[in-house]
Amino acid sequence: MSARETLQERSAAAGGIGDSDSGGMAGGGSNGSSGGSSGGATGKGGMGGRRSGAAYGRGHNRSRNRVRRPMTMGARYLLLAVLAIVIGFPIYITVVNSLLTSRQIAARPPVLFPVHPLWGDFAAAFSQAHLGIYLRNSAIVTILIVIAELVTSVLAGYAFAFLKFPFRRLLFMACIATMMVPMEATIVPNRQTIVALGWFNSFPALIVPFIASGVGIFLFRQAFLGVPRDLRDAARLDGYGHWHFLTRIVIPLNRPLIAAFALYSFMSAWNQYLWPLIVTDTNSVRTVQIGLKQLEGVGLNHFNLIFAGTLLAALPIFLLLIVFQRQLVRGLSAGALKG
Amino acid sequence: MTSRIRSLTRLKAIREAGLGYLWILPALAVFGVFVFFPLLKAIWLGFFETPPFPNLPAHFVGLSQYASTLSSEIFLHSLWRTVLFVIFTVPIGIVLGIALATLAHQRLAGIRVFRTIFSSTVATSTAVASVIFFTLLDPQVGLFSYWLGQRGGTGILANPTLALPAVSVVTIWQNIGFTFILMSAALQSVPDDLLEAARIDGASNWFRFRTVTLPLLSPTVFFASIVGIIGSFQAFGQIDLLTQGGPNNHTLVLIYYIYQAAYTDSNYGLAAVLSIALFAILLVLTLAQFWFFERRVFYVGT
Repeated sequence: MSARETLQERSAAAGGIGDSDSGGMAGGGSNGSSGGSSGGATGKGGMGGRRSGAAYGRGHNRSRNRVRRPMTMGARYLLLAVLAIVIGFPIYITVVNSLLTSRQIAARPPVLFPVHPLWGDFAAAFSQAHLGIYLRNSAIVTILIVIAELVTSVLAGYAFAFLKFPFRRLLFMACIATMMVPMEATIVPNRQTIVALGWFNSFPALIVPFIASGVGIFLFRQAFLGVPRDLRDAARLDGYGHWHFLTRIVIPLNRPLIAAFALYSFMSAWNQYLWPLIVTDTNSVRTVQIGLKQLEGVGLNHFNLIFAGTLLAALPIFLLLIVFQRQLVRGLSAGALKG
Repeated sequence: MTSRIRSLTRLKAIREAGLGYLWILPALAVFGVFVFFPLLKAIWLGFFETPPFPNLPAHFVGLSQYASTLSSEIFLHSLWRTVLFVIFTVPIGIVLGIALATLAHQRLAGIRVFRTIFSSTVATSTAVASVIFFTLLDPQVGLFSYWLGQRGGTGILANPTLALPAVSVVTIWQNIGFTFILMSAALQSVPDDLLEAARIDGASNWFRFRTVTLPLLSPTVFFASIVGIIGSFQAFGQIDLLTQGGPNNHTLVLIYYIYQAAYTDSNYGLAAVLSIALFAILLVLTLAQFWFFERRVFYVGT
C-alpha cells in the first residue's frame, strides 16, 4: 500500500512540476468546498495531471498506460469535486462558523468564508462552556483506559498463547464470548453495580468497566501464537523467564499490532457516549462528548461556542489520525469486530 | 533422582499455571463483574415487574413480562423503526463507500486531497457529527434548513416523516470515512493485471467493475454490512442529541427505548427485558460476523 501511495505522490508531484495547470488544480481541490466554480478548473488541471503522470510512467516503466479521453477525465474530477464538497462541507462550515460571531452565523445569505476570523470563540468555549474540564476528563479517562486495556490484553493474550494451566481453553472461550455481549445490553445492571460500589460520578466508573477487552485478548493471542517456537526455545536456553520473553521479544515483535490496537482503543474510549451519560451528572467528571450535549443547550446567541467546542472535541482524534494513518486501517478493521 | 526431577517438573508446571492465572486475572475479573454478572442479572431483572411507585417492592412475574413486552405494540414499533434505520443507513453507506473508493482509486494528480476529505469523517465521534448536524438543521439559523426551504417552524428534526431519514443521513455521513477506508484497502488488493487483462479484452469500465472488482470486494462488503448492521442497532448518541426518540416516537429505536425505560421512567423490569431482546438480536449478528471472520482468516491463510 505504501509503495503504491508513494508512486502516486510522486506522479502527482511530477504533474505539479511539469504542468502549471495541475498545480492550480490541487488548489482548486483543496478549497473546493468554498465555491461551485472550481469544477471547470479541476477538469483542465486533471488533463495536465494525466499527461505528466503518463510521462512519468513511461520513464520508469511502471505505468499501466491507461489512455483516457480528456472528457472523461474532466468528468471524473467534477464528480470527485462534487462528492468532496458534499462530504467535506459539514466539517468545513464548522471550522468557518467557529471563527465567526453568532450574528454572522445567522446572517442570510450565509457567510461561507471567514473574512475576519475571530479566535475568541475557542477561548470562550474554555471559559464559558467548561470545555477545558471536559477535555481534561476525557484525556484522563482515555489514556488510563488505553494503558490498562493494553496491559490486561497483552498479559492475558500471552498467558493463553504460551502458558499451560487447567481450564485454559474454557477460560479463553469465556473471554471471546464477551465480544458477543454489547455494553448496551447490560447498562441497567451495570449502572446499579456502579452505584452500589459508590462510584457514581467518579473516574473509576468511566474507566474500570473498559480495562479488559475480548477483542484485544483474541488479537494478541492469535498474533503471539505466530511467534516462532525456536525463538521461545532459544530465549529459554538464554535463561529468559516468561516476563523477559514477553517484554524483550514478544512485544517488540508485535509492535505494529499493539499500536493499531492502542489507536482503536483510544478512539473508542474518547468517543464513548452512552455509558458516561448514565454514570455521571456533574461537570467535574463529565467527558467532552457529554459536554457537547451540554453545549447543545446554550441557545442561539452562543451558537459560535457550539462550533468551537465541537472542533475541540474532535481535534485530538484528528491529530492522532494524522500521525498514525498507517495503523488506522488495521485498527479499524480489527476493532470493528466488536461493532 | 527421577522422583526429584519429576517433582521439580511438577513444581515448574504449578508455577507456570499460577503465572497463567495471575496474568488472566485482571481481564477475567472485569469480565466477571461488568459482562457476565450483569447479563445474568438483566435476565433475572426481567422476571420482576417494576411497581408504579418507587417505594413498593418489585414483584416476581416470571416469563410473563417477557411475553407481554415482546408482543407489545410499542416494542414492535420500536423494533420496526430500528430495522428501518438499518435499512436507511447500511446499504446506502456501503454503496457510497464503494463508489468513493473506486473514484479515489484512480491515479490522478491531487487524488490524495480527495482521499483525505473522503476519509475525514472517521475522526468525528457520534456526538461531534450529531452536534454539527444539529446546528445545520436548526430551524432558525441552520444552513441546511435554509437551503432546503425549511426555515422557521419546528424544523426537519421535529417532522415525523423526515426525522428518521435525517438521523440516518447524519449516521451515513459519520460512517462514510470508515467505509471508504475499508473499501479502499480492499480495492488495493484487487490485482491490477486482472483488470488490465479485462481491459485488453475490450471490457468496458462498468463491465470490469462488475465482473472483476465487485466479486473480489464481496468479502469486505459482507464484513462492512455486518459491522454496519450491528453499529446501527447500537446507535444511541445521534438519537439522544438530535431527536430524543421523537417526534411522536418516530425515532424510538430499541436502544433509545431501553434508555427511556430505565432512566426516564425508572422501569427497570421493562428495560431489562428490552436489553435481553437487543442482546439476542446482536448475538445472532455477531455470530454471523464470527462465521465470516473465520472464513476470511482462512482465505488469507491460503
